[in-house]
Amino acid sequence: MEKLTTFTSTAVPMPLAHVDTDQIIPARFLKATTREGFGDNLFRDWRYDKQNNEIEDFVLNNPIYSGKILVAGKNFGCGSSREHAAWALYDYGFRVVVSSFFADIFQANSLNNGLLPIIVSDEDLDYIFKAIEKNSEQKFIVDLPNQSFTILGHDKMIEFEIDEYKKNCLIDGQDDIDYLVSLKPEIEEFEKSHIRF
Amino acid sequence: MGQTLFDKIWDRHVVKEIVGGRHVLYIDQHFIHEVTSPQAFNGLRERQLDLFRPEQIVATADHNVPTINQHLPITEPLSRKQVDALRENCAEFNVPLYDLGHQKQGIVHVIGPEQGITQPGMTIVCGDSHTSTHGAFGCVAFGIGTSQVEQVMASQCLIITKPKRMRITIDGELSLGVTAKDLVLYIIAKLSSSGGTGYFVEFAGTAVRALSMEARMTICNMSIEMGARGGLIAPDKTTFSYLQGRENAPKEDDWNNALAHWKTLYSDEAAVFDQEYSFHADDIAPMVTYGTNPGMGIAVDQYIPQTENEKALQYMNLNAGEQLLGKEIQHVFIGSCTNSRIEDLRAVAEYVKGRKKADHVSVMVVPGSKQVELQARAEGIDKILESAGFMLREPGCSACLGMNEDKIPAGEYCVSTSNRNFEGRQGPGARTILASPLTAVAAAVAGKIVDVRETVT
Repeated sequence: MEKLTTFTSTAVPMPLAHVDTDQIIPARFLKATTREGFGDNLFRDWRYDKQNNEIEDFVLNNPIYSGKILVAGKNFGCGSSREHAAWALYDYGFRVVVSSFFADIFQANSLNNGLLPIIVSDEDLDYIFKAIEKNSEQKFIVDLPNQSFTILGHDKMIEFEIDEYKKNCLIDGQDDIDYLVSLKPEIEEFEKSHIRF
Repeated sequence: MGQTLFDKIWDRHVVKEIVGGRHVLYIDQHFIHEVTSPQAFNGLRERQLDLFRPEQIVATADHNVPTINQHLPITEPLSRKQVDALRENCAEFNVPLYDLGHQKQGIVHVIGPEQGITQPGMTIVCGDSHTSTHGAFGCVAFGIGTSQVEQVMASQCLIITKPKRMRITIDGELSLGVTAKDLVLYIIAKLSSSGGTGYFVEFAGTAVRALSMEARMTICNMSIEMGARGGLIAPDKTTFSYLQGRENAPKEDDWNNALAHWKTLYSDEAAVFDQEYSFHADDIAPMVTYGTNPGMGIAVDQYIPQTENEKALQYMNLNAGEQLLGKEIQHVFIGSCTNSRIEDLRAVAEYVKGRKKADHVSVMVVPGSKQVELQARAEGIDKILESAGFMLREPGCSACLGMNEDKIPAGEYCVSTSNRNFEGRQGPGARTILASPLTAVAAAVAGKIVDVRETVT
């Protein structure tokens, strides 16, 4: 997992609500036994037709949009718990997803994979979409240590929430396992008084 | 101040609180399957870690297994590779595996309860969002991603934020022809597919208390479809009598001790929820979905409402103002962790006895587990289905997500007892209409969507 701190990038807009993880990565592509390579099939059925030709009007196929930030409608990542959705977005090159609302499991999966979900208000989301619509080369600054998302040239900085533990994990490129394994003595102690039938 | 059922269970499993208010939560039972576990096993190997508590894990192969000729090798190479990987991993790490052909194999959320592994008061996780199903027994059960699967393998714990508490109370009595599936589709239509996000939902009320364990599982199963982390129902006599005598249920003195604890698992009268909703069972009709998320549902005799989500109607080739009643359909799928238990198959068999499926409809009936399949055969349900032109297949997730060969062709309609009507869920271009087993079987017979209240006796 790469460390994530501060970067400047353009963004890809996807103003659709309720984008489920079956769209992000359809089930038939979940058969790999490794974490790599899922980016090729990111949004597969929106990106390619049955003959594997690019569908022109899908945003990832539109050459005017690019960048490490995906801006999406509310309830992004709903449905299946497949972590492959976070892997696919990361593998494709995204490091941040901005939305007004994320599904719980997707949010947890993203945070465990160096993909930062940034929650903004509905109004701010709308503002960001409009800024990209007006200028596809609009740049944004993601600043995780200061928990801010800046729309360059707009004099607009949005502060976002993230819990301290996960923030530190992302900044250090650490996941939960090392910490959990270090807790083993405490977990064993807990087990002594924890009743299971 | 009283405690909610959810708090009682959750708080008993908190090992410690860490920075940011997150909890280190102890997990009693972990289920794994072939799709979301291989990367977790790889992770353990890379870090040279062992399973912390192998006796608290059970594995099965369900997501991409074929549902005919399971005794033959899996023909689809990638599916075979994934199932083989599960076999190798379980052998290496000493995890009990209910493999294809095993008498206990089946959909992970069907076999846990069936084997008595799922018990009140537990914390249960699995790399599958429908782990919420187990909440029917009064557990805190929820789906996790593969990194978290690895965490639980390595430490039997998760680092997690405690969800908020919601209670949904449904009083009254369900009408004839209206099932638990209709009830939950009704709730999701009311709350939307994101209305429960951030919450753990307790289902309560007289309509819920009257339900069988199978029906309660259907409801908790779909709590994720309103975005909730999980759903749960306080255990009662129905729960205890379902569990008593099952293979992994506590025995003798242990049973009495367990029962004494389980009887304390309910929300205290003074308990406060962050959010409450109430509905009346009498208001609920058989439900069908018309869009591409489970929140887009209507009563079978209602008209499709105006929606901002034009993309969904376009995908479904439906229009606002149209009725689904009378709509011709091509496929019926009866199965999935939502509706594939013996009670579902009995209801289907009872309906088709003496009836036949419409010629143009193809029907798949997929039992949730080998045990369900064997029970159905013992009761002669397979024969009844055959006379109606259906076939009872072998257990697996099947056409719920089309990872195996069981797919719905592009552009065709499938009335499905599963849980998701997302675009392409049952196959690229497939159009899914979610419904109860009764509405599904009635559609198979009529060849179109009908109001089952008019044909059920």
